Parts: sequence; structure tokens; C-alpha cells
Amino acid sequence: MEALDFALGLFDILLVFLVLSLAWLVMSSEDLFRAIVLFVAFGLLMALVWVRLEAPDIALAEAAIGAGLTGALMMAALDRLSSVKPIQKVAASAQRKQLSLSSKVLPLIALVLIVLGLGYALLSLPEIADGLTPNVKENMAQSGVKNPVTAVLLNFRGYDTLLEMVVLLLALLSVWSLGGERKLSPRSTNPILGSLCRVLVPVLILVSCYLLWVGADAPGGAFQAGSVLGAAGVLLLLSGWHVEQKYLLWPLRFILILGSGVFIIMAAVLLLIQGGLLTYPVAQAGWMILLLESAATLSIGATLAALFLGGVPKSRVDQ
Amino acid sequence: MIDFFSMLFLLAGALFFLAGTVGLLRFPDLYTRLHALTKADNVGLGLMITGLALQAESLSVAGKLVLIWGLVLLAGASVAYLIARGALLRGVLPWKR
Amino acid sequence: MNSPMIYALLGITLFSVGLYGLIVREHLLRKILALNIMGSGIFLMLVALGKRSAGELPDPVPHAMVITGIVVAVSATALALTLMLKLVEASGSAVLHDAPKDRS
Repeated sequence: MEALDFALGLFDILLVFLVLSLAWLVMSSEDLFRAIVLFVAFGLLMALVWVRLEAPDIALAEAAIGAGLTGALMMAALDRLSSVKPIQKVAASAQRKQLSLSSKVLPLIALVLIVLGLGYALLSLPEIADGLTPNVKENMAQSGVKNPVTAVLLNFRGYDTLLEMVVLLLALLSVWSLGGERKLSPRSTNPILGSLCRVLVPVLILVSCYLLWVGADAPGGAFQAGSVLGAAGVLLLLSGWHVEQKYLLWPLRFILILGSGVFIIMAAVLLLIQGGLLTYPVAQAGWMILLLESAATLSIGATLAALFLGGVPKSRVDQ
Repeated sequence: MIDFFSMLFLLAGALFFLAGTVGLLRFPDLYTRLHALTKADNVGLGLMITGLALQAESLSVAGKLVLIWGLVLLAGASVAYLIARGALLRGVLPWKR
Repeated sequence: MNSPMIYALLGITLFSVGLYGLIVREHLLRKILALNIMGSGIFLMLVALGKRSAGELPDPVPHAMVITGIVVAVSATALALTLMLKLVEASGSAVLHDAPKDRS
């Protein structure tokens, strides 16, 4: 065991060094494309860090979102950046100020001081602090699930998750009102991309259902399942999935609000019956949480894919 | 005995990963680097999965491990093709000595 | 020093590297990347500090908060990127400029 601990300690130090240098390279590399690729690598290593911190639930979410979707969003934005046609050219005349040396060095000094101060505060914290672990452990039996993280997300702090669904919806609404209409991309002529899609999308949907189901008593849950579903949506959008306009109007909007809608109805009903927001009766907690999670998964997946599109989706007219 | 074999597989897998990484760092252009990466990583991961599957508690865990390998094979091969095609279309010429 | 503390310190450093990038780099896409790195640093600190519990399991409450945080971060990033594209459409550059002196 001694040797194993030593090896893991060595691995920790290596991982910290790698994550830190990647973050620095993301900030310092001149090419934006390179910075985004490095950021994706950064996200993958962060997923490893979560595993080392015994947080497999976060590792799943980070691998799907931090490394996958965020990178895809940035790549898409970078691509659109080169094709955008400015309405007026103001900036061309406004000369680019070269940052002077002092304006680069002074923040650096300030930041070193911040690191030292925060580090000192961190090291002066007590070695052992239980936080809310005892409270969670005490109430696990009444939560209806066996995975403590799911219990916190959907039961003990269910209202957080409710509000978070609304935040997702608001973000999408803002993107839609700013981004204008966006046509779905034309069908890709690439045979490999097409067949990859045909094999991968059903598998991704299956994985998403599995993560949703297993979330009750093992790492997984609505957020991980939703982000896997969102990744499938991004893949479909990239390969030029044809959706008829009539499905993009009300059916799409229905799926988008399903998560927050079911959450709010459930909260209201429970408020009337149980006298508290999202206080489930112990016997029914299990299936109620599963219902909420299923609705949330669909909404999260659809919202993430719609965010990737970056505007109100509009069907292309096929010949 | 099983421990010995899974260690053997894991070490062999690590060797392939090492070779792939050296190739990624040392090969002259994008196409050869992709080649090194996909070839070495697919086999390396396969060996690692074999080593881990020998240690698995149940058949379903081993099955999931094999499924992961299959997905990585599929995704790795397709993405390598897409990257190479994208590079060719943008006019990145293959390396000639 | 135990490993959660190392990761908590990594979180602080990531936050500062991101903040540095946010201040020094000009391109808005880079500033959005910087914000994401800062967020990762904060998440890391939350979870690492939650691992100090005496029991065998780490505190699940920060885990749940970080998972919601990651999803909120990606939606905020999407919104920020759309705003950036809008700005480029309107002004022709992805760099924030100081307001002209005569108007201030």
C-alpha cells in the first residue's frame, strides 16, 4: 500500500503540473484555434482530476460538457467569426493599442499576491471539516435514491435544480433573440460522417438512458444523461439532419420547457399536498425523482443542442 | 496467475501508448502523426482493456469495458479520417522526404 | 500536505491564471476561455475542500453544486459567444475598445 500511495502522490503532482501548464498555454498561445484545442485537452484532464477527488459524477459531466460541448461551441463561434460580415467598419480605424510592459507586469504581480493570500487562507482552514456530510447521511434513507449526489440534486436541494432548468431556458431564449434564425446545415455528403452518425447516435441515446436510470444508485443522473443526449444532437446537426419545419415549432418548444414545466408542476402539487416545495412523500420519492429526471434529461439535451446551433432553428427546404 | 497476465497486458498497452506519443511528437506532418496516434492508441487501449477485463468482477463490467473499446475504435478511426480530409481540403500537403 | 489540499491550491492558481488572461488578453473569445478556466478553478476548490470530511465519502453537496455549475457555465458560454458574434457584426472587431473621449 505504501508504494501505491507514493505512486498516486506522484501522479497527483504530474496531473497538477499538466493542468496548470495547459491553462497557461490556453491563455498565452497566439492562435485562437490552438487555444481552443488546448482548452479541450484541459477539460479532459480536469475530468481525471475529478476522478482523483472521488467525484465520478462531476467527472462524467466534465468529460461530456467541459471537454466536449464547450469546445464544440467555441469552434463553431470561431468558424462564424471568420465569416461574419460587419455592418460598419469602425474598428479598422481605431488603432490597436499595444499593451505596455507595465500593464502586463502589474496584473501579474497582483495575481501572485492573490494566489499567496488565498493559499494562506486555504492552508489555515481546519484539516478535517465534515460540512454537510452527516446531514446527508442521516436523511439518505428518506430520499428515495441511493446515490448521495442525486439525492442532493433532486431531493434535498431540488429547488436549486428547478431554478437551474430555468437558467438554461433563459440562456437559450437570449441566444435565440440575439442570434436570429439559423438554417439547419445541408446534408453532409461525407459517407464516413453519415455512417458514424448512424452508429453513434443510437448508442449515445442508449448510454443516456442508462446514465439516467443508473443515477439513482451510482454515478450518473439527469445532467450527465442530458449532456450525452446534447452531444448526440450536436452530431446530428453537424451531419445535416433534416427536420421538418412543423417539428421545429411546437414540438421542439414543448421538449425545451418540459424539464422546468414538470419541475414546477411537481413543486406546486407537492406544496399543496405535503406543505413544502419538492418535499416528496418517502414511499413515492423514487419514481417522482425518476420522472423529474427524465423530463430534465430531455430538456437539457435539446437545450444544449439548440445552444450549439446558436439561433432559432429553421428547416432548410429540401429539393 | 490472472494478475500476472493482466499486468502483462497493461504494460504492453502502456508501451503502445508510449510509442504513439513518441510518434505524435516526432513525426514530420499531420498525416503521419494521425497514423501514429490512431494505430498505437487503438491497439494500446485494446491491450489495456484486456488487462482490466481480466480483473473485472462480473461479465457485465467486462462487457462495458469492451464496449468502451469499440466506441473508441469507431470514434478514433472516423475522427482521424475527418481531420485528415479537412486538412487535405485546406491544402495541407503530405510530407515528402 | 494531502492530495485534496494540492488540488485546492491548483484551483486557486487556475482561478488566478484565468483572471490574468481575462485582464491581459484582448480578444473576446480568449476572455470567454479565461472565464471558463476561472470557473474550473472555483469548482476545483469547492470539491477539494469538501473532501476534508472524516468519513470515507466526500461531501456530496459541493459535488451536486459543481454539476449544476458546469451546466450553467456551458449555457453562459453559449450566450457570451452569441453576444461576441453580435458585437463583431456591429463593430467589425472582436476586441473591446474604450469609449471615445468626447462622448464620456
